[in-house]
Amino acid sequence: MNIHAMRAIYKFEMARTRRTLMQSIISPVISTSLYFVVFGAAIGSRIAQVEGITYGAFIVPGLIMLSLLTQSIANASFGIYFPKFTGTIYELLLAPVSYLEIVVSYVGAAATKSIILGLIILATATLFVPLRIAHPLWMILFLALTAVTFSLVGFIIGIWADGFEKLQLVPLLIVTPLTFLGGSFYSIDMLPPFWQTVTLFNPVVYLISGFRWSFYGIADVSVAVSLAMTLVFMAISLALVAWIFKTGYRLKT
Amino acid sequence: MQPVIAVSNLSKTYASGFRALKHIDLDIRRGEIFALLGPNGAGKTTLISIICGIVNATEGTVAVDGHDIIRDYRAARSMIGLVPQELTTDAFESVWGTVAFSRGLFGKSANPGHIEKVLKDLSLWDKKDSKIITLSGGMKRRLLIAKALSHEPQILFLDEPTAGVDVELRREMWQLVRSLKAGGVTIILTTHYIDEAEEMAERVGVISKGEIILVENKAELMRKLGKKQLTLHLQEPLDTVPPELGDYRLDLSSDRGELIYTYDTQGEQPSIAALLDDLDKAGIRFKDLQTTQSSLEDIFVSLVREDR
Repeated sequence: MNIHAMRAIYKFEMARTRRTLMQSIISPVISTSLYFVVFGAAIGSRIAQVEGITYGAFIVPGLIMLSLLTQSIANASFGIYFPKFTGTIYELLLAPVSYLEIVVSYVGAAATKSIILGLIILATATLFVPLRIAHPLWMILFLALTAVTFSLVGFIIGIWADGFEKLQLVPLLIVTPLTFLGGSFYSIDMLPPFWQTVTLFNPVVYLISGFRWSFYGIADVSVAVSLAMTLVFMAISLALVAWIFKTGYRLKT
Repeated sequence: MQPVIAVSNLSKTYASGFRALKHIDLDIRRGEIFALLGPNGAGKTTLISIICGIVNATEGTVAVDGHDIIRDYRAARSMIGLVPQELTTDAFESVWGTVAFSRGLFGKSANPGHIEKVLKDLSLWDKKDSKIITLSGGMKRRLLIAKALSHEPQILFLDEPTAGVDVELRREMWQLVRSLKAGGVTIILTTHYIDEAEEMAERVGVISKGEIILVENKAELMRKLGKKQLTLHLQEPLDTVPPELGDYRLDLSSDRGELIYTYDTQGEQPSIAALLDDLDKAGIRFKDLQTTQSSLEDIFVSLVREDR
């Protein structure tokens, strides 16, 4: 195990986060605050409670997930795409590090950053709405699992992308719609039956449902199913990463 | 003695179908400075990239100090430092930060003393806190060398190390390479600049169109392939070369004032003494003479031309 290398990569990535503090932390916090103002205070005041919880509080887990997903993908994809873009990736390929060590370091750094961000948004939320967290440990577990899984997805996107456009494409065209349609702002029960069935094919539903359960003890799908699905997504992402490194896809010719 | 790098039957065909390397066999001796010469696109960088683990080989094997570069990649790679041809660096990281990063990446524990020495050796010490983006091209080149030396490699690859580097810096780099060699480091350099190979290398390999067409001691190469020319400045211009000197296949300069005798150093042609004797008999007088020896560059050009 090349611990020194893992530490070096992790430190390097975290230093990048510190250098880009403004866009990494502050801008998601501001945009989430805007959601609270618009959906929580302005519109939320006219919406009846959802399953016994004020609308403002109901959307908190979904909003955190929205940021967690987009930021995990953005961090991890950029972290590995940029060395490819500048060419400094040669050093990573040259070094005596295993693929597992590379993935753990990059994904670990990206996930750390988005978990910190998630917690900051959570703290911000308490300024706007009354919050309670029924299962704090589960909350942290879902936060961590989601951050890691989507950082893996981001890592894959970063390796696949061969231009800045592609780097933006997946988050914009797939992840954001899935999150908005994944029950961030509503309970699936509010949808017509047909759309409820369609929604069950959206992986993000399970993440948000499980996460919301850890707050309020209410869920669209059972928490066991949420956890299982989250682990399945993680396994799929891991398998893809393993394949990438085995074949050298987009890394080695 | 076991070679420090053993390349055997190495081939590379890119996805485009381009055959960059064809059945390369090459041994690098421990502690030597080896120069790999070849025209653009000959396969120099591909060969180095495969040895270092950046490019996958299509067939064949490479062992670094006995460690297979695939099966035993950790042991093999920890020995190697590579200075790439392109100036690829981060932009916003500091000089110190990026060199320390490289050391960590190669699994070495932090050693500020060593990094300080490397930066000082490369005249980068006063830039240690600067962001890389603020460095000049020559400084970036030296930074890449510092990164490659950060983990105390036993084998150093320099891919076109002095491309775009000014004369003074080039001398400094040669000096550094010599001191590394003195410290027991094996150095493999690719270059376009023949004088660099001539100045530095002990052995020279010439690669052309994906094949190693020659590996030789530099001195031996110069002796074998080096041609000498004797130029005689005549007292009286000649209209033609006299027929009795036909054996020497002399050339007459366009102003007819010089006779040029080209001979190789293996001594299969008649000796200079015999020529001078025969000139005397033919009554040709000269006021001066000079000899020139072909450089590695001439040898290289003629080799690659033959291969085409």
